[in-house]
Amino acid sequence: MTLPDPGPWGAAFVILAMMLATYLCRISGVIMMGFIPLTPRVRRGLAALPGSIVVATVLPLIERLGFTAALALIAAIGSMVLRRSELLALAVGMATVSAARALGF
Amino acid sequence: MTASPEPTSEAARPLLTMQGVRLGVRRVSVLLPGIVVFAVAFGAAAAAKGLSLLETVMMSALVYAGVAQLVAMELWRPEWSWGAIAGLAVVTATVNARMVLQGASLQPWFAPYPKALNAAHLFLFTDASWLIGARYHGEGGRDLGVIIGAGVLLWVVWVATTIPGYLLGALVADPRQYGIDLVMPIFFAAMIVPLWRGKRAAVPWVVAGLVALVTAKLIDGYAFIIVGSLAGALTGAFSDDPA
Repeated sequence: MTLPDPGPWGAAFVILAMMLATYLCRISGVIMMGFIPLTPRVRRGLAALPGSIVVATVLPLIERLGFTAALALIAAIGSMVLRRSELLALAVGMATVSAARALGF
Repeated sequence: MTASPEPTSEAARPLLTMQGVRLGVRRVSVLLPGIVVFAVAFGAAAAAKGLSLLETVMMSALVYAGVAQLVAMELWRPEWSWGAIAGLAVVTATVNARMVLQGASLQPWFAPYPKALNAAHLFLFTDASWLIGARYHGEGGRDLGVIIGAGVLLWVVWVATTIPGYLLGALVADPRQYGIDLVMPIFFAAMIVPLWRGKRAAVPWVVAGLVALVTAKLIDGYAFIIVGSLAGALTGAFSDDPA
């Protein structure tokens, strides 16, 4: 038996499928860790996880997005060190990249 | 419910207060300008790809994952087969796979709360909730209201500002020029500063970064986040042992 073609409902099914896929990602880490005992080793691994996620996300993106991206992120980190404000860091980063791209980098 | 905002141990009664919700709202409000720009960019991309306004708003409301939504716009087509729908679901899952690890990292905090509550607030879980939650939890905070307040406000703003993006459409045709593609990377990079716990604690991060760089060279897509993060977590798990 074959399913009838999604036809005009295609987009709606896409949205539902994306919702389901995303929700599974949202809950599965929490559910999985419920079955893993929190030994000291697992605790140390979890403690290292947030920073690891941040660095593993950002470094390859810099590599892909190029020199201006690296410049913007360094400027944002610098601003964060001086003033602990995410908003200011975003403004500094965006201003850096807009300026660099406008100058043709 | 207690009114005490001070850090409690994980074993203590699960904490959920209005103060926490307000703190979450405050913490997320500084991220809003970046999120608004991102939502406008998505709305514009959706209009350009021929989605209806209803489809665009439903996607923002139900999927609620900026990067995955933008990737979906890259792959959008006028006609859908079941195979293409399944394919896009798989792409969405790979783009969002980082949420698996983000959720895992906060699980010790969420565990004492009722399952139904966790199932509900996790629907609103995003990069921003994780950034805020990881920082707050790292500082010793344990009030789930922070995650809920941040998630709800962000969802409302994300859905609402998708609409002007859709209507303005062509006016924001080249979001790259304003550095939209850098909004999330900038927030992530800025997170390094509050997460910093000295050089020794940063060793796993270096491993995570290097492994992620190599993985990004070898495999297309977003697998590098998962592979790199897991490498970092494993390094952390085993690094305190005498060699």
